[in-house]
Amino acid sequence: MPDNYDIVIGLEVHAELNTHTKVFCACKNEFGTQSNQNTCPVCLGLPGTLPVLNEEAVRKCIMAGLATGCTIADTAMMDRKNYFYPDLPKAYQISQLYKPLCENGAVEFDYTASDGEKKHGRVRILRIHLEEDAGKSLHDAWGKSTLLDFNRCGVPLIEIVTHPDITCPEEAGAFVDALRSILKFAGVSDCKMQEGSLRADVNLSVKPAGSGKLGTRTEMKNLNSIRAIVRAAESEARRQIEELSRGNRVVQETRRWDDAKGKSLRMRSKEEANDYRYFPDPDLLPIHVSADMLEDIRQSLPELPQAKRARYMAEYGLPEYDASILTSDPEISGFFEETLKHTANIKSVSNFIMVDMLRILKERETEFSAVPFPPEHLAQLIGSVDGGIVNISTAKGVVLEAMFDGAGSPGEIIDKKGLKQMGDESEILKFVKEVLAENPGPVQQYLAGKEQVAGFLVGQVMKKTQGKAKPDAAMRLLKEEMRK
Amino acid sequence: MDLEKFSALAIAENIKNGAITAVDAAKACLDRIEQTDPQIGAWLTVDRGAVLESAQDVQNRIEELLSRGQPLPALAGVPVGIKDNICTEGVKTTCASRILSNFVPPYSATVVKKLEDNLMVPLGKLNMDEFAMGSSTEHSAFQKTYNPWDLGRVPGGSSGGSAAAVASRQAPLALGSDTGGSIRQPSAFCGVTGLKPTYGTVSRYGLVAFGSSLDQIGPIAQSAADCAALFDAIKGHDKNDSTSYDRAYASVLSETDDFRPRTIGIPVQYTGEGIAPEITKAVEDAAAQFGIMGCKIVELSIPELEYSLPAYYIISSAEASSNLSRFDGIRYGYRTEHIDSLDDLYTRTRSEGFGPEVKRRIMLGAYALCAGYYDEYYNKALKARALLKQGFARAFTEADMLLSPTTPTPAFRFGEKADAISMYKADICTVSVNIAGLPALSFPGGFSSDGMPMGLQLVGPEFSEGLLLSCAHAFQKKTDYHLRAPSGRGDQSA
Repeated sequence: MPDNYDIVIGLEVHAELNTHTKVFCACKNEFGTQSNQNTCPVCLGLPGTLPVLNEEAVRKCIMAGLATGCTIADTAMMDRKNYFYPDLPKAYQISQLYKPLCENGAVEFDYTASDGEKKHGRVRILRIHLEEDAGKSLHDAWGKSTLLDFNRCGVPLIEIVTHPDITCPEEAGAFVDALRSILKFAGVSDCKMQEGSLRADVNLSVKPAGSGKLGTRTEMKNLNSIRAIVRAAESEARRQIEELSRGNRVVQETRRWDDAKGKSLRMRSKEEANDYRYFPDPDLLPIHVSADMLEDIRQSLPELPQAKRARYMAEYGLPEYDASILTSDPEISGFFEETLKHTANIKSVSNFIMVDMLRILKERETEFSAVPFPPEHLAQLIGSVDGGIVNISTAKGVVLEAMFDGAGSPGEIIDKKGLKQMGDESEILKFVKEVLAENPGPVQQYLAGKEQVAGFLVGQVMKKTQGKAKPDAAMRLLKEEMRK
Repeated sequence: MDLEKFSALAIAENIKNGAITAVDAAKACLDRIEQTDPQIGAWLTVDRGAVLESAQDVQNRIEELLSRGQPLPALAGVPVGIKDNICTEGVKTTCASRILSNFVPPYSATVVKKLEDNLMVPLGKLNMDEFAMGSSTEHSAFQKTYNPWDLGRVPGGSSGGSAAAVASRQAPLALGSDTGGSIRQPSAFCGVTGLKPTYGTVSRYGLVAFGSSLDQIGPIAQSAADCAALFDAIKGHDKNDSTSYDRAYASVLSETDDFRPRTIGIPVQYTGEGIAPEITKAVEDAAAQFGIMGCKIVELSIPELEYSLPAYYIISSAEASSNLSRFDGIRYGYRTEHIDSLDDLYTRTRSEGFGPEVKRRIMLGAYALCAGYYDEYYNKALKARALLKQGFARAFTEADMLLSPTTPTPAFRFGEKADAISMYKADICTVSVNIAGLPALSFPGGFSSDGMPMGLQLVGPEFSEGLLLSCAHAFQKKTDYHLRAPSGRGDQSA
């Protein structure tokens, strides 16, 4: 990217709240149900129906605000945003324009810029407001018709609007990643981008480096992965810089990012934009957030990733890298903390989770929530290693894999597969003697002073015992036998 | 049974003591509808078979309750008509609009469920101005409704079907809805009693919205006592309507006999210029009657009333423009046959599906909400609303309730108010009440020299329905205007 231009980015991030029911009716809020299953006269916007605000959605919006340092309004209002679209059955979206629930927060995070430099980012949050999602239009799914699925219609969303504080595409991606982590830890959203529960619009402009005057911005809609956000911002910044360097103007417009083609296309210009005719929804009363309610929500707010990371480093003595991986997802940190209730070997728990469990999950292309065994089992496995019942490589390999296969507790697996280390030295000695008899050459070398050959011989013993011999015992017995 | 002699409460009493059954009462109404409605045109949907079936069900339940010695609801077995903007499960609900001409709701409004819970028998759906926009029922997409007192005149609107049905004794009771006078004005034109309750006392769930912050469902009946009984049946908190008040509601019917002399204020803004002299005379006569009954009459002024008409048309049209956007031809209702594009589908469906008055209000409302005009119109109207509420609050420190005409003139002739503005001006006495969310009652206060009924309005503070009804009930004990029926008109058998 040419460095004679500054990039200015602001984001609007939409996150679906993980409430039990929709925001204005009692329909279930769940993903992946059969089309139009989770609908009722209210979310279908049938004539005569009225919305009733879901308190859980209000609380979760406030939690998101508290988690990002926002000020919470004592009185908020719901407004109608009017526009026609087939998947919007009332022809208005109930949202918040005039009095949002949360304002003036900030998110801080570290990131690596495109030149590899480590940087600290701080992005101010302008506002977070509560609104309802629309249904889904399925174009060309059935002949030339468009089909409508209203399961998502009325699912509660929060829209997080930032100030234009972001200076490069990498920072935009890192911000969304940090925000996603905060929302997940706060327990308000599952933030599954592949299911569309977190989406972002990117507002971007460029200006000559150091200039105090902002350039004309464009908006790119509905980017649903962090990679797409970074790529779209890169591509748009490049396009705008090219326009300006050719002496052209940037036109204020809305663009659609095509991730497959890696470029954006014009959707509509400013002149074609809707006038949404916002006004307060007369069907809903103002939302009053009492001091008691706010305090109650504050108390129920879980520990957030930044605080957790610092605590892991201070309390458990973990390196920053380890702490940041363990706090990258509430499922991971939850598993980590639960395991620690059953074992004192913090370093080993950390290593098992961040190295071995994440490796296996990656190989199996699944997420941490899919771990089929309880944290106690990991603690038991670590106990087996520490107690000399099973050796470390067997534990991290065969036993852990079997635990992921749902084969039972580590104890059961070790028993069933006969992986228990040999406690009886006379049994190991039997294999040591066999190995020495089968390898006269290396024995000669050892006796001639080449001591490192002992390692090879231990390996042979381990192989013969299928890893069940204790390596230190095998070594000692080998040396004793060879010196005889 | 000759229904003309029976109030709703009298029908209930006769059913309770076994003199007649709910089926007899329903049958009498159905017969009278068949006989008179070709002249009146009050009804859009009546399914005789279904009505008789539900009347039989109700009768069975009444007999079961009686046999177990359990009390009956006050209006058990009484037939009731329902304005066609109130959703009835499985029964067409059209709002008298082409765009909903085929709409059958899959659910019933809360008030309809309450009627059923009170063992009442819905008779069918009543004509109205399209989407309740109008003051004459001339804006129905389907048919005219004629004033039973003079078939050359309008019944008022928008609940013209409801008022005409009660006036012509086709039904002892009907539900209407009132956004700017739509219960009170047709009640006045047709010589019946109609109550617009405090905003938030009757659930709006299932009422197809016109102006959401103004709409209220209410009863239309022959007398204040019948109105009280029907109001008792339909009022109360509803968790499906966030704007419904969660409070304890006493029985209003039991309050109606509890008349005590009160201070009645007459706002100078509703006297004199613009009010027909005969109507002014009726207000004076009523004031004199209340004086005889021991009330104190005071003149007072609410200067803020002058804002009510413009504020009303901005707020109601703005809300309507948004409320009526959902009628887009996509999921239900009328859809145009000629479609070239999505925009085309919307434009043609709505152009063909809505009548001229509805289109006028949608355009007016959309304009008032446009970016750049919002502060100038909608926000200013909200400020006027706040001022008007203060004006009423001040008036209620001087008087317990207010007396005024319901309408500036008796019922006008078809086509007489051809331009929209003169039609809008006829709402001058009623719209302020909706803007302030207050309860108001229209009751018969006499007849004009050419024999048309004239309606008087009582307005009270929030939740004063019992007070208003007890005063009107006491008035109706001393007068017989409400007992006169338009016999010989719209009734060839009489």
